[in-house]
Amino acid sequence: MATSTIILKTEALRKTFKVGFWGRQVTALEGLDLEVRQGEVFGFLGPNGAGKTTTLKILMGLIYPTSGQAWLFGKPIGDLDSKARLGFLPESPYFYDYLTGAEFLRFYGDLFGLSGPVVNRRIGELLELVGMAHARDLQLRKFSKGMLQRIGIAQALINDPELVVLDEPMSGLDPIGRKEIRDLILRLKEAGKTIFFSSHILHDAEMLCDRVSILVKGRLVAMGRVSDLIGAASTHSVEVLVEGLGSDGLAQVKPLTEKVTVTGDRALLTLKGQQSVNEVLERIRTAKAKLISLTPQNGSLEDLFMREVREQRGEE
Amino acid sequence: MIGRTLSISLNSFRENLREKLLYNLLIFALLMIGSSILLSRITIGDYHRLILDIGLASINLFGVLIAIFVGIGLVSKEIDRKTIYTIVSKPIPRYVFLLGKYFGLVITLLANTAVMVLGLLVVLYVMDVPITGLFFQSIGLIFLELMVITAVALLFSTFTSSTLSAIFTLGIYVIGHMSGDLKELAKKLDEISQAIINVVYYVLPNLERFNLKGHVIHGLDFGASDMALTISYGFAYAGLLLLLASIIFQRRDFQ
Repeated sequence: MATSTIILKTEALRKTFKVGFWGRQVTALEGLDLEVRQGEVFGFLGPNGAGKTTTLKILMGLIYPTSGQAWLFGKPIGDLDSKARLGFLPESPYFYDYLTGAEFLRFYGDLFGLSGPVVNRRIGELLELVGMAHARDLQLRKFSKGMLQRIGIAQALINDPELVVLDEPMSGLDPIGRKEIRDLILRLKEAGKTIFFSSHILHDAEMLCDRVSILVKGRLVAMGRVSDLIGAASTHSVEVLVEGLGSDGLAQVKPLTEKVTVTGDRALLTLKGQQSVNEVLERIRTAKAKLISLTPQNGSLEDLFMREVREQRGEE
Repeated sequence: MIGRTLSISLNSFRENLREKLLYNLLIFALLMIGSSILLSRITIGDYHRLILDIGLASINLFGVLIAIFVGIGLVSKEIDRKTIYTIVSKPIPRYVFLLGKYFGLVITLLANTAVMVLGLLVVLYVMDVPITGLFFQSIGLIFLELMVITAVALLFSTFTSSTLSAIFTLGIYVIGHMSGDLKELAKKLDEISQAIINVVYYVLPNLERFNLKGHVIHGLDFGASDMALTISYGFAYAGLLLLLASIIFQRRDFQ
């Protein structure tokens, strides 16, 4: 992976906006350095207002950075040849709602200068890929939010891009919609595409991404493989659910646990680390209680995320 | 790039056709043109002039209203609705988008003007008013004026809000028709005011140049060289405005 080509790179990217009547300066992005390699799924994470969309807008040539540089396919942003190799889905996209699914995709195909037969073939393939073949002749204003998101992804893929950039592709979707988008991203990865997406839904990112970066208040606070980042952040604990432990048994195991939650006949024991697991199991057996489940709790991306966000906010 | 400009134009044209405002204005224009029949009944003397006067003035006024009120939304609506995000990220230069939107409205105006002219022709035919070549020259120049006004509206909409664009464009339309009077006025003022008014006179479009109503009504000839000069002036002016709009549009951020 380390030797593969870097197709998206930013260096000390900075963006300030002027807000209000007096033009007060607000920094949206503070010296961002990013590298996305060919063939990976890269998650660009951060809470709302962290500067994710600002970064994507700079990369897409919608806004200009105040300072710093960025490259797509080794060329400075704005280069038309590199834009031709790119697909982009904006956040909660609004489209020309009087067009039908097929007309909509044809319009974007025309913007890439694709020939008629190629566009027609792509429209068929893409509607099939995103599961929208039924909406070919339906006007976009009749689409549900999930359908819009899917036709939006189809739009981003009309030119068969090497790099697909998605801004919050899962936001506002129901669990089924999110799963469909996740499957679609994985299918694109299998087809050899590079996917760069922003999200604040960590669960999805954890399942999908080869690497992630976490942006808080315009600054990069973490970047790396998901497993490495989680490993560094993991706070292992084990949850043990038992039935019929009784008050004596409870008194026996309590000193070994971090927390005990009793619900009726059942008790949920939270153990810190794995050291005391055997000892606790032994005491449960002695008390002749029934073991229902034993679940190791690994650190998640969310733990890392929350810790980084809290640290950053605490600094100020 | 021409093909891509055309795609944006046709998409914009399709979008314009969905504007209810467009149809309201068109209906009003046709009513105005039609009402000249009634007015001619209560006119003593030459009613030909009246019908031509009202008809041409209606086509001009309603064309301008469409140009302004659709024109100011061309770019700002795309930004507000964020549809521009998917366009600017495609491999097309920003000026192509702008030109595409411009020609989309020009096509819309062409269709509207055609309907209004058709309405006027029916009235002229029914009322037995002779239709001259000069009449079509006059229509041609009205359309050229609409192209200039559209460019003005587009220029404003690249950097300011819809409301301000409408006010500015309307202002330029009014002043543009009075710039001759302004120059006359300047002669009676002190030097500084004269200099200021002269600058305004040369910078703003002289829209009276596109007005052949007097010629049509009084049957005065408008020669080929005058026509060529006026057409060149219109295209040059609209071209300059589009260039300026492209430069501003190229630099702006889409928030």
